[in-house]
Amino acid sequence: MLTHSRIQGQKGVQGIIIVNSEGIPIKTTLDNSSTVQYAGLIHQLVMKARSTVRDIDPQNDLTFMRVRSKKNEIMIAPDKDYFLIVIQNPSD
Amino acid sequence: MMLDEWALIKPADQLELTEAELKEEITRVLTANNPHAPQNIVRWSFKERTYKPILVIDQLAVHFVMEGSLVHQDSDEGRRQMAKEGVLEETLTVDTGVGFDEEEPETSVKINKHFAELNSDIYSSASKTDKKELKITNQFNFSERASQTLNNPLRDKSCHTEPPPRSNFSATATQWEIYDAYVEELQKQEKNKEKQKAIQTKENDDKSKKIMLMETQSNDVTKVGKAAKILERMVNQNLFDDIIQDFKYFEDESDEFRGQKGTLLPLWKFHYDKSRGLSVTALCWNKKYQDLFAVGMGSYDFNKQGHGMLVFYTLKNPSFPEYIYLTTSGVLCLDIHDQHSYLVAVGFYDGCVAVYNLKQKGAEPVYKSTAKTGKHTDPVWQVHWQNDDMDNNHNFYSVSSDGRVVSWTLVKNELVFTDIIRLTLNGVISEGPEGAQQPYIACGTAFDFHKQIDYLFLVGTEEGKIHKCSKTYSSQFLETYDAHSMAVDTVKWNHYHPKVFISCSSDWTVKIWDHTINTPVFTFDLNVAVGDVSWAPYSSTVFAAVTTDGTVHVFDLSINKYEALCQQSVVAKKTKLTHLEFNPIHPIIIVGDDRGYIISLKLSPNLRKEPKVRAVQSFQTRISADLQNYILFREDKVMPDIHYSGPTKHGRKQMAH
Repeated sequence: MLTHSRIQGQKGVQGIIIVNSEGIPIKTTLDNSSTVQYAGLIHQLVMKARSTVRDIDPQNDLTFMRVRSKKNEIMIAPDKDYFLIVIQNPSD
Repeated sequence: MMLDEWALIKPADQLELTEAELKEEITRVLTANNPHAPQNIVRWSFKERTYKPILVIDQLAVHFVMEGSLVHQDSDEGRRQMAKEGVLEETLTVDTGVGFDEEEPETSVKINKHFAELNSDIYSSASKTDKKELKITNQFNFSERASQTLNNPLRDKSCHTEPPPRSNFSATATQWEIYDAYVEELQKQEKNKEKQKAIQTKENDDKSKKIMLMETQSNDVTKVGKAAKILERMVNQNLFDDIIQDFKYFEDESDEFRGQKGTLLPLWKFHYDKSRGLSVTALCWNKKYQDLFAVGMGSYDFNKQGHGMLVFYTLKNPSFPEYIYLTTSGVLCLDIHDQHSYLVAVGFYDGCVAVYNLKQKGAEPVYKSTAKTGKHTDPVWQVHWQNDDMDNNHNFYSVSSDGRVVSWTLVKNELVFTDIIRLTLNGVISEGPEGAQQPYIACGTAFDFHKQIDYLFLVGTEEGKIHKCSKTYSSQFLETYDAHSMAVDTVKWNHYHPKVFISCSSDWTVKIWDHTINTPVFTFDLNVAVGDVSWAPYSSTVFAAVTTDGTVHVFDLSINKYEALCQQSVVAKKTKLTHLEFNPIHPIIIVGDDRGYIISLKLSPNLRKEPKVRAVQSFQTRISADLQNYILFREDKVMPDIHYSGPTKHGRKQMAH
C-alpha cells in the first residue's frame, strides 16, 4: 500500500498536499481553494525556515516541521524537489 | 645664277693653284673642342710625388655671363619678400600670367582688361587680413558655371526584428546556496573522473538513457517517498502520542507498594494485514538500530504449511512494516548479523536457508540454499550468525530436525555449507534389516552459542536432551544433559555468567543449568507448555518466559528464586504466545503470538532491578551449600548504556537516546 494512501487512512488526518519546488500543488485530497492557500503560504514558510537552518550551517538541512495550533496540526516534510503537507487533528 | 655671268675677279694675293689641286677634296672637321683650351695641363700628384699631365681637359668656353635679379617665389628669399610686401606678390603673379602672352596673341586685348580688373582686385584683397590663396583660374577662358543635380527623394527604410526572448531571472545568494553550488561542482568532477576511469560500452549508454527517461516520467508520487515516510512517522507519533510518552517516561509508581512483584504495561501492537493465518515464528531485534525488529511468520502446524513472510517493524511506525518479504515456505527462524545489521539469515520450514540484504531493493534473498547446495531435509529450527571467519567471509550456523548442524559461509555469490556435527542418539542400537547397526539421527530443535567462548555451543533435541558441543569436534559431544521429557524449545546461554544456560520445553518446565553440572540448578514448573524463554540483557538474573496460555512470566533470581515476579496475561484466551525477545537497550519486550500479532510491553521498575555488584572482585559467585541456592551475580557492568534506575531525572536522561 502506498505511503500516501496509508497516511490518508490514519485517524484524524484531514488532508494531504504534495507541493513541488515552485509552490504549485501537485496532488491533494482537499478542495481546490484550501489547497492553493495552504500551498502558497506554507511554501513561503518552509523556504524561510530552510533558509534559516542552512544559513546557520550550510551542511545542515531541514528535516521536518510541525506547526501545532489550537484546532489542528500541520506537519511539513520537505524533500529535494517536493514537500508534503499533512493536516491532522491530533486530539481525535 | 646671276653671279655666274660675272667674271670671276681674282684678288691679287690669291694663291695660285692648279686645277688638279683645285679639285682636291679637303675634309674639314667641325669639333666641339675649344681651340683656346690648353692641351698640356699638368698637375702635381701627391700620391706619386710628381707632376702628371691631365688627360681630360675641360673644353667649355664661356662667351657671356649676366647675373639676373629674379628670385623664385617659393624660395626663402622670395617668401621673405612676399611676406614684407603683399603687393609685390601680386605683381609677380601678374608677371607670370603675362608670360602666356606669346602663346595666345588674340587675347591681348583681354589682357589689358584683365589687368585692370586684377589691379582693382589687388587693392580690395590687400585689405583682407586672411592670406587666402586666390583660386588660380584661367584668365582667358574661365567662367563660373554651376549646375544642380537631381536630388533623389529620400526614403526612410526601417527593419523591425523580433526581440530576443527574455526571461526574468532572480535568485538569492545565501551562504547555503553558494555551498550547494560548490558541492554540485564537486560531484560533477567526481562523476567525470569515474566516467574516464570506467570504460563505457554502448549498452551502458543505452541503459543510462533509459534510466534517465524513467526518472523524468515518474515525477510525482514515488519521488516523495522519503518525505512521505517521515510524515507517516510524524502522523503516527501524533496518534500514538500517549503510548510513546508511556514508553519513554512512565514508571509504574505502584511497584513500590507491590513488594517484589512487577507488571507489564502493554504498549504498541504490531500487525500486518496480509499476514493472516500466519503465526509469529521468530523475533529478533536489530543491534544497530534498536527500534527495528524482525518478525518471521510461518506456521507451526504440520498440516497447514503455506507461504511465509519476513517483516520488519520499527517502533517509530507501529502501523505499517518497514520491510516486507514474502517467502514460499514458512519462516521458522531468523537472525540479524551483529555488525552488519542489514544481513538477515532466515531458516525455512522446507529446510532451506536464505540470507536477505536489507540494503538491496529486491524481494528475493541474496543467497539461498537449494537441494544441491546442502539444504536441510527437515525444517530449520534455528540460525545464528557467527563472527567472520579467517577469510573475512560471513558465516552462520543452522540446526534442523534432520540432525545436522551446518555451517554456511557466504563466499562471493554462493552459500558453501559444511556439516559441523551430526546429532545421534546415544546408546540406542537398532537392528536394521541386514543386521547392521544404524545410529538414529536425533532431531535438533534449538541451539545457542556461548557468548565468550567461541567454539562452545549447545544443541537441544527433540528427545529432550541438550548436547554441549564444540565446533572443532564433529564426532563427539562434550557433554549431554537429560534435560526434558519433551522436545527442547529453546536453549540460551546467560549473557554474563559464562557457565549458566537456560532451557525450556513443552513439558511445562524451565530449567537453569550450570554447564559443569549434569543436573539442573533451577527448575520452574509453569503448568503450561512453555513457548520461549529469554535472558534479560541488563541483568544476569532476570529472564522471561512465554507460555501457550497467553501469559508472560518474568523471573528475577536475585530477588525471588521460586516464583515469578510477574505473571501476566497479555493476549486473549486461546491465543498462544510463541516467542519473546528483550530489547537491547529499552526496557521493553516484544511478544509474538500465533495469530500474527506482536505486542510490545514495558517492564515495570521492579522487574528491572540491577543486582548490586559485590565489593572486591567484579566477578563473584556465592555458592551456598545447597546447589539449589545458586545466586548469580553479574560479571561487571558490561553494557554502559543500560542504566535502568527509577523514574528520576537522571534515569530519564539516560533512557533518552
